[in-house]
Amino acid sequence: MENIYLTIVLVPLIGAIIAGFFGGTIGRKGAHWVASGGVGISTLLSLFVLKRFMFDGEAVFNGSVYTWMVSDGLHMEVGFLVDQLTAVMISVVTFVSFCVHIYTIGYMADDEHNWPKTSLAGRNSYQRFFSYISLFTFSMLMLVMSNNFMQLFFGWEAVGLVSYLLIGFWSVRPTAIFANLKAFLVNRVGDFGFILGIAAIAMYTNSLDYAEVFAKAPGLADTQIQIWGDSSWSLMSVIGILLFIGAMGKSAQVPLHVWLPDSMEGPTPISALIHAATMVTAGIFMVARMSPLYELSETALSFVLIIGATTAFFTGLIGIVQNDIKRVVAYSTLSQLGYMMVALGASAYAAGIFHLMTHAFFKALLFLAAGSVIIGMHHDQDIRNMGGIRKYMPITYWTSLVGSLALIGFPGFSGFFSKDAIIEAVHHSSITGSGYAYVLVVAGVFVTALYSFRMFFLVFHGEGPRDEHAKAHLHETPKVVTVPLILLAIPSVFLGYLTIGPMLFGDWFKGVLHVLPEHDTLGHIGENFHGAGAFVLHAVYSPALYLALGGLFVAWFVYMKNPAIADKIKGTLSPVYNLLDKKYWFDEVYQTVFATGSRGLGKFLWLAGDRGLIDGLAVNGSAHSVGWLASVVRHVQTGYLYHYAIAMILGLLLLLTWFVFV
Amino acid sequence: MTLEKLIFYMLAAVIIAAAMMVVTRRNPVHSALFLILAFVACSGVWMLAEAEFLAIVLVLVYVGAVMVLFLFVLMMLDIDIAVLRAGFIKMLPLGVIMAIAMAAELILIVGPGNFGLEQYAAPVRHAADYSNTEEIGSVLYTVYMYPFEIAAVILLVAIIAAIGLTMRKRPDTKYIDPASQVLVKRGDRVRMVSMDAEKG
Amino acid sequence: MIALSDYLILGAILFAISIAGIFINRKNVIVLLMCVELMLLAVNINFVAFSHFLGDSAGQVFVFFILTVAAAEAAIGLAILVVLFRSKQSINVEDMDALKG
Repeated sequence: MENIYLTIVLVPLIGAIIAGFFGGTIGRKGAHWVASGGVGISTLLSLFVLKRFMFDGEAVFNGSVYTWMVSDGLHMEVGFLVDQLTAVMISVVTFVSFCVHIYTIGYMADDEHNWPKTSLAGRNSYQRFFSYISLFTFSMLMLVMSNNFMQLFFGWEAVGLVSYLLIGFWSVRPTAIFANLKAFLVNRVGDFGFILGIAAIAMYTNSLDYAEVFAKAPGLADTQIQIWGDSSWSLMSVIGILLFIGAMGKSAQVPLHVWLPDSMEGPTPISALIHAATMVTAGIFMVARMSPLYELSETALSFVLIIGATTAFFTGLIGIVQNDIKRVVAYSTLSQLGYMMVALGASAYAAGIFHLMTHAFFKALLFLAAGSVIIGMHHDQDIRNMGGIRKYMPITYWTSLVGSLALIGFPGFSGFFSKDAIIEAVHHSSITGSGYAYVLVVAGVFVTALYSFRMFFLVFHGEGPRDEHAKAHLHETPKVVTVPLILLAIPSVFLGYLTIGPMLFGDWFKGVLHVLPEHDTLGHIGENFHGAGAFVLHAVYSPALYLALGGLFVAWFVYMKNPAIADKIKGTLSPVYNLLDKKYWFDEVYQTVFATGSRGLGKFLWLAGDRGLIDGLAVNGSAHSVGWLASVVRHVQTGYLYHYAIAMILGLLLLLTWFVFV
Repeated sequence: MTLEKLIFYMLAAVIIAAAMMVVTRRNPVHSALFLILAFVACSGVWMLAEAEFLAIVLVLVYVGAVMVLFLFVLMMLDIDIAVLRAGFIKMLPLGVIMAIAMAAELILIVGPGNFGLEQYAAPVRHAADYSNTEEIGSVLYTVYMYPFEIAAVILLVAIIAAIGLTMRKRPDTKYIDPASQVLVKRGDRVRMVSMDAEKG
Repeated sequence: MIALSDYLILGAILFAISIAGIFINRKNVIVLLMCVELMLLAVNINFVAFSHFLGDSAGQVFVFFILTVAAAEAAIGLAILVVLFRSKQSINVEDMDALKG
């Protein structure tokens, strides 16, 4: 099995290397065959691994394949931990990635048009793009298959790097450069917390290996540490919160969420791959993987829960006022990531991973469908210019409908199972903040339905596109685009129904995710679980369904039936509208306080520290003072022999005097 | 006061007087000659200290070679003594004060209090057949072999350096080069000129 | 009997005189060189005296080497003097200030 695991990881890397370094030689066709083929092999092997775990009772693999270095007993290794959680993750990652690879063939087909004629960066951009997405798949697989914190951090940074490269893929666009810099910097903030957390773990357990750390963690549960002053902190809370700060950066939680909407500057396949299905879920995965640590600190869990709930509701609200089709989906991603965090905070790790999985499929589907619409609209992304596309793009329309219904949690679709499980889990949770979280996630259901179907109606229903030219060219996208849509639509419908039983209430994650008995909300719900069908029927008794339907209806009424109301509401509630339109002024505050502030600080340090102190005082200053000293001392050098002789004799006399009298 | 002591004091007086003359004479030639006197007297003192070999060497090398070299240079160079004497009186008090201070301090250290007969008894005289030269030779060619050879090299270097520094080519010197004389060809010396016979 | 201190005092006086000579003949290089020879002589007297009183011939060997080096020094010093005089037509120390800072 070890060879299979190695193959899963390395094949995308080899594909990336070939497509990246030999892109010019193998050409466009060669590049997409190599990259897609590599990820295809990984996908098949991952599904094989998943099958082994599901039906053949494959044993958990935990072993290192290469020792990088050993420093003072601290092993830095490359190793794999493959259990049920990993099997789910690699299957989701490789499957979505594979769909995106195929889709990219269509989406990037005429990428030349996006570059100026003379641009050097535009040469072989197609091959480079494939290289990047394969490299991304490799990084993500390294992250989820890791059995130690060193490799986790490697994968963590590697996906950050590739996302930086991909958001700024169209490097001739200033907005893209701004967005990728922003993503990179915001992620650095998170990673700073993350690496501090890892450092704290290494410091107190002297190990980076998951198994060893988890074994030692209960012994450290009551450890108090002093960070500054005399205030003492629970070690586990500190570690949990620091690691979670990393997850906040990567999984775009408030207040480090600002990079994700901007990252829509990248090509759409990237939005689907990175910013919906995989990279942003790294934080969710990490917290779930660290469940033995998080279970030891209620403070950290509450922190996760509150941040998650805040993200889930408030970023959803922003989605209502956005007009860029990709940004609406991006805000919905933020909101759904918040849901996953809420699940983790409520100790329903399985529910978080479950939602991660279902969300990966339907969100990738929605993104790819949005991309398909964008192709059809000739790269116009404003939903106010769209409408009536249903007639021209039937496959895109139906798959989008499936994706949207899954997203709002319509009973029977995969999103319903995962989201309802989360809401139930929060409802039964008793840790601090769960009441707040419950209100927000339930209200979030309404908001989700509202923004999803607002976009859906504006894009696909109503009057045709206003621009006659666009209307004339509107037609269904090629097969390489629609086939991935269909491939993703299937799990979006059925995956939840099929897997909720074993994943949430069965033994699937037994021994992988650790939940203390007093936190076991899912187990509590599981007592009343009588199969997926009953779960669907039970939805009739929960408020979530009615809120979702209410949101759907409001969207239909406001944007289809009576469009004038929308403007009227906008007028009446202009402060609220402004607040949402400006995204709570997060960007502005960060821009003024942190960006301008640090630039000012940098400029000050440059002027005062670098130029004044180092250049002026230390470097030029010492040169000047030596020059000045020399100009004074040189008068001592008269050049006359007898002056030197007299000086020597006087010195001798002094020495002698000292010798005689002292 | 023994005869030995008497001789020592007389020689010492000569050395000191000669040294005084060396530093105060107007004419450097006189200085050099007084320096020779100091050396000769000093070689007598060394005889008293049973360093016969060195006493002879001092006379031979210093008086015979080095001081002759000094005199030779002095004679060769046309020195304007008046200019060189300027400031002599001005510096005299300072020089004397410095010298007295230095001598006083040195004598304080090396005087009879520290190095008198009580501390260092006079050594027993060697027998008449004792050879100082043999003794120096026996250590010079064994223990001090390498320093001795290095000293030889230093002297060689000094010879080469002195020649190299002072040698110069005079453009107006006439000399012959036998090699070019031997290699000369007829064409270098004879030029055939064809000219019309004079018409009468 | 002659004491060791007698020799040493003779050396000290000789040394002091040569120092005074350096001060008062500060312009004449050739007399300066003579003063240096005088200083070396003073040192040599000390060496010989100690060698005699300690019964160790190493002191005399040292004098031998000092004589060697002093001879070499005098030869080169005078050679330099000749070259100097050739280029400056003077041996006045005050004319030599090329190293003035």
